[in-house]
Amino acid sequence: MNTRYLRILTLVALGGHMLYAGGTIKGTVSFEGSGPKPRAIKMGADPVCAAQHKEPAYSEAVIINENSTLRNVLVSIESGLGENSFAVPEEPVTLDQKGCRYEPHVWGVRAGQTVEILNSDPTLHNIHSLSKVNPQFNSAMPKIVKKKTQIFKKAEDVFKIKCDVHPWMGTYVGVFDHPFFAVTDDTGGFVLADVPAGTYTVRAWHESKRLPAQTLTVTVKDGETAMADFTFMGPKPK
Amino acid sequence: MIQNRALHRFAALTGAATILLIFVGGLVTSTGSGLAVPDWPTTYGRFMFAFPLSDMVGGIFYEHGHRLVASLVGLLTLTLAVWLWRTEQRRWVRRLGWVALAVVIGQGLLGGITVLYLLPTPISVFHATLAQTFFLMVILLVYATSGEFFGATGEPAPTFGDSQGIRRWITVSVGLIYVQLVLGAIMRHTGSGLAFLDFPLSGGYLVPTFEASLLEAVNGQRMALELSVVTQGQLLINFAHRLGALAVSVAVVGTVTKTWRLAGFHPGLKRQSAALLAVLVLQIALGAGTVLSGRQALVTSGHVVTGAVLLGLGFLYALRVYHFYPPKPEPVSRPALGRLRAGLDGNL
Repeated sequence: MNTRYLRILTLVALGGHMLYAGGTIKGTVSFEGSGPKPRAIKMGADPVCAAQHKEPAYSEAVIINENSTLRNVLVSIESGLGENSFAVPEEPVTLDQKGCRYEPHVWGVRAGQTVEILNSDPTLHNIHSLSKVNPQFNSAMPKIVKKKTQIFKKAEDVFKIKCDVHPWMGTYVGVFDHPFFAVTDDTGGFVLADVPAGTYTVRAWHESKRLPAQTLTVTVKDGETAMADFTFMGPKPK
Repeated sequence: MIQNRALHRFAALTGAATILLIFVGGLVTSTGSGLAVPDWPTTYGRFMFAFPLSDMVGGIFYEHGHRLVASLVGLLTLTLAVWLWRTEQRRWVRRLGWVALAVVIGQGLLGGITVLYLLPTPISVFHATLAQTFFLMVILLVYATSGEFFGATGEPAPTFGDSQGIRRWITVSVGLIYVQLVLGAIMRHTGSGLAFLDFPLSGGYLVPTFEASLLEAVNGQRMALELSVVTQGQLLINFAHRLGALAVSVAVVGTVTKTWRLAGFHPGLKRQSAALLAVLVLQIALGAGTVLSGRQALVTSGHVVTGAVLLGLGFLYALRVYHFYPPKPEPVSRPALGRLRAGLDGNL
């Protein structure tokens, strides 16, 4: 065979491999049982916060979607990636303090990635991390300070960040040394894309202490989608 | 020596402000507001006294309010120390004024350290304990400047009886109350206050076994209520505080019983011992209320400040008992004198 054709064939094969490198882990987090009634947050401690909500603001602690799935579940690969390393994105992740709540309520970030912390509120906040592996911090964000940046250097299991001025404000973050994490949305679904072929432990974490984290073993093949469906059980309906 | 009534009243005012400060400090912890102001000694970058009242919202109301009341107590203590230095003839009272000032300054610095180092447990416990110690110093100053101390109250002349038992009981009571307050501080600052969710039982037992199954059961209850799990150590701290309450109750009831049984005992002291018992009952009720209300902030802070009042009242009672009924000087026995002489000769 002509070496020229051999080179072309090799390039096509490599290109094809790159195009289909890795697979996808996809799934849904369902909820069975009776969930808590939505709880309105009392923001009277700060009139500026209360004034921002014409309608009652509800706690985001447990949100069950209309299709009986669970929102705000952080799904991630817990183990199986071996020594693979993945480039840290240069674009920052944004955490906003808006309406005296955190947006997003549950999120993930890469170790070493910049977090932009915004204060969109016309009131002051303190931003206080309860991290255990990364150094804790507690920063003032008066209303004139609209942006701060923070970097969590080490991977760490989910921890809370809170505002001690407004005790109802809390957000949960997991710090990962890989990009395979996602938070369930209003459909309860999640997608982990471009996962290298292999067998992994996938973990679904929810902030409720009544809903302990769950894990599943999932095998991913190149160019294929592996399913990982979780079901969290709440109390039985009365 | 002549009593300075104005000075005495000022010392009492300092004591009252200290009680308020302990209550507000309790509110800071109970509402979880200890870090609502991340900087110190400034508040959100501003000079403390220039921080606008309109921004004292949420947790800042408690934390910044605590700093303001602490500043007031600091100012009162400074004034008291200078006043004593200028007018007081007794050296120990003058010195106590300066020591109290040093303690209140140290207390302020500890408060700053707790903020800047994100509430390290040992410092927070020390901060809480030193607050009670400072309160005792102020009470001593209040009593030392009182008319009673100078013997000018017009109370009936004391008659000496078998007061030794009362002295012992009240000394033990004050010691136990102090230890109990330290235990309470450890409990609060290690998050052990609601380790057991029931009262008067502890995890369903009068005396818990502290086996792994108990911890599992307690944590099961806690998770159902969205409370964080606790450790065996937290259960032990919580139960130690409950045992401490029992020990304090026995000691205070013993003190009051001894007091009322002693015929001819000072009527004013009898009345004060009754007040001590009333405060104890209130304190136990507030302790139960703290658990059963799920650590409601006002109830919990009420429990903290009533603990301080119990300590202060007990200490004042002890001071008065020792004042009116001082222990008899021990007669020196002949063999002891012989040993003393021999020792002196040996040294010479």
